[in-house]
Amino acid sequence: MLSEFSEAERSRLLSELLAGRFPDEHGRFGPFGGRYAPETLITALERITEGMHAALADSGFKATLDGELAEWVGRPTPLTAARGLSRRWGAEVWLKREDLAHTGAHKINNALGQALLAQRLGARRVIAETGAGQHGVATAAACARVGIPCVVYMGAVDVKRQSPNVDRMYQLGARVEAVESGDRTLRAAIDEAFRAWVADPEESYYLLGSAVGPHPYPYLVRQLQSVIGREAREQCVARTGGLPDAAFACVGGGSNAIGLFHPFLADTSVRLVGVEAGGRGAGLGDNAATLATGRPGVLHGSYSMLLQDPDGQVQETHSVSAGLDYPGVGPEHALLKAIGRVEYTSCTDDEALDALWECCRAEGILPAIESSHALAGARAFAREHTGTRLLIGLSGRGDKDMPTLSQFIDRIRS
Amino acid sequence: MSQPHERIAAALRRAPGEPLALVPYITAGYPSRERFIETLREVAGAGDVVEVGVPFSDPMADGVTIQRASQAAIAAGVSLRWILAALAEAGPMPAPVVLMSYLNPLLNHGFERLADDAARSGVAGFIVPDLPLEESQALRTALEARGLALVQLVTPATPPARLARLCEASRGFVYAVTVTGITGGDSGLPSTVSEYLDRVRSVSSLPVCAGFGVRRPEHLRQLSGHADGVVVGSALVEELEAGRDPAAFLRGLRDG
Repeated sequence: MLSEFSEAERSRLLSELLAGRFPDEHGRFGPFGGRYAPETLITALERITEGMHAALADSGFKATLDGELAEWVGRPTPLTAARGLSRRWGAEVWLKREDLAHTGAHKINNALGQALLAQRLGARRVIAETGAGQHGVATAAACARVGIPCVVYMGAVDVKRQSPNVDRMYQLGARVEAVESGDRTLRAAIDEAFRAWVADPEESYYLLGSAVGPHPYPYLVRQLQSVIGREAREQCVARTGGLPDAAFACVGGGSNAIGLFHPFLADTSVRLVGVEAGGRGAGLGDNAATLATGRPGVLHGSYSMLLQDPDGQVQETHSVSAGLDYPGVGPEHALLKAIGRVEYTSCTDDEALDALWECCRAEGILPAIESSHALAGARAFAREHTGTRLLIGLSGRGDKDMPTLSQFIDRIRS
Repeated sequence: MSQPHERIAAALRRAPGEPLALVPYITAGYPSRERFIETLREVAGAGDVVEVGVPFSDPMADGVTIQRASQAAIAAGVSLRWILAALAEAGPMPAPVVLMSYLNPLLNHGFERLADDAARSGVAGFIVPDLPLEESQALRTALEARGLALVQLVTPATPPARLARLCEASRGFVYAVTVTGITGGDSGLPSTVSEYLDRVRSVSSLPVCAGFGVRRPEHLRQLSGHADGVVVGSALVEELEAGRDPAAFLRGLRDG
């Protein structure tokens, strides 16, 4: 279980990755991933794995999914030339507009695909967790569309700071359970969703929202989110005649980032940059920059990088963005970092908020605070690399952040 | 001298007609960090094997009682290192001690070092609820080198072929989870529990202990004859929280 590799090992892992060998049959991305779940869930996870492989290989399932992605989600989402930001940054900036997908974020790609899978597997009920509430809203909408009842677990802290999304979940017919245990944010919500699933593994389907968790979730979520990168790559080539020099995405659990990056992994000329939540600063507990400062460990079913204290207790995190406020990260990102194919940086709360306001004024687009981390990362890159073509994953819209943003209204007016 | 894992099995094995063995559980250092060893000694004196919970920040297989206990113990400064040191200092206990821990604190300690430190502290084995058999090779190898047990859990949802593999791989005893759910439930044991336990016993050469949701004498009567022993966790932790005598509670369970 190593996180640092020799040069030879890195290049071997990269070629295996590009050959599509990860995850292997044990759900491993190199040393990362696996299935660390209570025995009660093992049979259910096996059933989902088999069902997933059958569904993804079934042309009927794929046709249904593609049809729904087009007419219900509104895909393909546009690639927008960001003229104002390009001028300000001295770069050629393109935005992949997941904020324009139905329900306002990339989360719907995964929620819809898994809701269809849950239906195919005969689930009577869907369980989900949510941080910012985007996955909760997406799951509520997808379950309404597919016709399965759903319960969403959400940390009590997040219920407060993302209240518009709580109301939207209720309107869409979901039940929302505020989680008062643990850190009362995304991590506690996942703990509680697992507990609910452990109590009913036969009839319930756990619709996990990020590229984390026990096998097969990191793989399943990546497959469903890769539509972002496939479209963006095609659109970029069609609009510009070539590939971007670099692509940026924010990383919490890492689902939009893996979705954007995966189709570009073989394009070695394209630099891929994941931007984590740097929060208030570098101190333990002040940020959620797992890949930058974490150590390998097991949380929520997989072996990956983890923010933990010297005793192996999971560390509480801070980020202004509820969706990035998580001490773990998807196992494939841990591999991509270890082999150097993706660079991971971070930006602070303030840098993300500045990028948000800049995007509002320069482009007339209000991005989610999560997505604003990708904007801030790209802006820093543009300063060092004038004239480059930058692709930014605008993973969601910022309407749900109004309760947080209104606290800073004085700063905008000044 | 017998191996630690054999001592666990010997303490729990019951012939037909004998009363059930008791495996009480406490969260280390809860409700009082200062009284940990004293409480452990009392509880071990009333049980046949004692299970000591290593608190973890994200106990995903546990209900509210053990979540609360874990959180308070962590806040009081209880850690795996502290527990191992306290046990080493305390010396022999009246019953074999098994540590119940989620994987990450063990991984963080390092498996080789864990096996050495545990053996030195008189720990006889481990129960790791988020470590399925498929992922357990490295830990099992390290523990086996010291004769320590890695107890496997089986559940009502475990299919027959897997059940046989788990019973075969287990050491010390087989932990038969009685309910599909988390610890600490109070909704009674399912009516199918005796049939399920008979099935586990028929494939296990080790003692079988039933756990999750066992809190009253009637539960022990229901399980009697279908298991070698029972694990009593949340109910005992609640007694300790209320400041009542744990040994009296355990005797009441057994004799009730």
